[in-house]
Amino acid sequence: MGRHVLLIEDEPNIIEAMRFLLVRDGWTVDTHSDGTDAVDVARAAQPDLVVLDMMLPGKSGMDILRELREIAEFANLPVLMLTARGQSRDREMAEKAGVSRFMTKPFSNAEVLTAVRDLVAQASR
Amino acid sequence: MARDSLTGTRIRDRRSVAGIRQADLARQIGISASYLNLIEHNRRRIGGKLLINIAQALGVEPALLTEGAEAALISTLREAAADLGPNLAEVDRVEDFAGRYPGWSEVLVRAQRRLAGMERTIETLSDRLTHDPHLAASLHEVLSTAAAIRSTASILAETGEIEPEWRDRFHRNLNQDSRRLAESSKELVRYLDDSDSGEDQRGVPREEAEAFMAARGYHFAALETGGSTPEALIRAAPELTSQAARAIARGFLAQYVEDAARLPLRRIETAIADHGADLAALLPRIGVPLPVLLRRLATLPEGMLTGGAGAIVCDGSGSLLFRKPVAGFAMPRFGAPCPLWPVFTALSRPLVPVHRELVQVGRSSARFACTAIAWPEGEAGLEEDPLYRSVMLILPLPASDAAGDGHQQVGSSCRVCSRAACRARREPSILREEF
Repeated sequence: MGRHVLLIEDEPNIIEAMRFLLVRDGWTVDTHSDGTDAVDVARAAQPDLVVLDMMLPGKSGMDILRELREIAEFANLPVLMLTARGQSRDREMAEKAGVSRFMTKPFSNAEVLTAVRDLVAQASR
Repeated sequence: MARDSLTGTRIRDRRSVAGIRQADLARQIGISASYLNLIEHNRRRIGGKLLINIAQALGVEPALLTEGAEAALISTLREAAADLGPNLAEVDRVEDFAGRYPGWSEVLVRAQRRLAGMERTIETLSDRLTHDPHLAASLHEVLSTAAAIRSTASILAETGEIEPEWRDRFHRNLNQDSRRLAESSKELVRYLDDSDSGEDQRGVPREEAEAFMAARGYHFAALETGGSTPEALIRAAPELTSQAARAIARGFLAQYVEDAARLPLRRIETAIADHGADLAALLPRIGVPLPVLLRRLATLPEGMLTGGAGAIVCDGSGSLLFRKPVAGFAMPRFGAPCPLWPVFTALSRPLVPVHRELVQVGRSSARFACTAIAWPEGEAGLEEDPLYRSVMLILPLPASDAAGDGHQQVGSSCRVCSRAACRARREPSILREEF
């Protein structure tokens, strides 16, 4: 089971906290803060899981997710989406676009860690 | 049962509340217990000295026994019953209920008022949350900062050993984020407060133009007399900060000048003095097309029309081009309104007036006489389709005990409308449990 996470988030202190958390848990973490070239970054990084913020500069997390799902190699890539918008419509849209897990801000560290571990374990089965 | 025929019921209830036995009260006022029993069961009319004596014995004003609950109480009880659907309550016995149980009636009335207030709040907030990009961005900022603080604080609190360099960094981040959260929260509150004041202009052109018109009461006396021009008014308007807002205001004022020329203020003023807002009487007397009359009635000086008037103008797509609010008739600030409004019905039959008396669901029982008509805007070329606009004048009707009967029920927008079985529904409402 690979342990490589790509964190796409534009909030520097969330990046710092999550990176710390995931690295402590044994994950290798790449980070990126811009939506525009996020798909290219994912191609280059080949992560085992993507943590994706919904609202990003340049391109929305939802659009990035849709683009990822159109690429054969990312069709089953676990994507954990973080959002400040917890409305059911957003959740439905994300599920339609192929999100693996949807988490609303502010989340707990334990929730994030559990989700990352579970999603990667499920994908490697 | 008529309200004044329930005096006996009220006497019985007041006596019970006071803990006085029927026989004791009868003795105190000098009548037989059996006669008091007949009075209490509304089988004997009562008045004069006997009524005063009973009222004194019960320690209440005689009027409380004869008039019972106020008309407003009964009217609100009717509203509560109508809001929750037909056939749920025995509406024909509302006066009996209010007379027998004044305390419970008051509880219901207060709950109804509170519910109406909360629905209005939900309506406003839902509208903003769904469609207001500024608010969405502000909330994202607040929640993202809260997420950063929560995550960082958890690391500091729950991680046993942290290298000093990391610990210092997290402390710095916490300090930075907590300041940011305080600032963004204040900003959000300020934004919401400003929105509530109705004076906000946040760079949305149509809102700027509406703020410009609202600040002048939708009436431009200087244009009526030729004392100013649209361009001069626009130049002097601090609300109009963008080119787009100025263009919208210019369009509105051009129409205003055209309408004022066709129907001068003095002429309409005289006609209103004779006929009030009776469109059927005004139209033949004034002799202008109905769209002109409706637009003029919507932009009269304040106080000329009793109760005021609201108005809406939309184009063929249903997009609202002009809104003049009137108390009690909710118009969504963002998003699409209720398709049952006559202003939209009129688009399907241009040049034919559509008149409806409306009640908005979930608000008060206020009724409105709404008259709409669609007209072709400008001249269409040989190979062009005409473009239609529609205007609706909204006139508040006097309050009535029969509010809600025989009037068409409409909403403000689907999202905050509680009519479950509406054939015009576009999306589920957030107000009903079944959704």
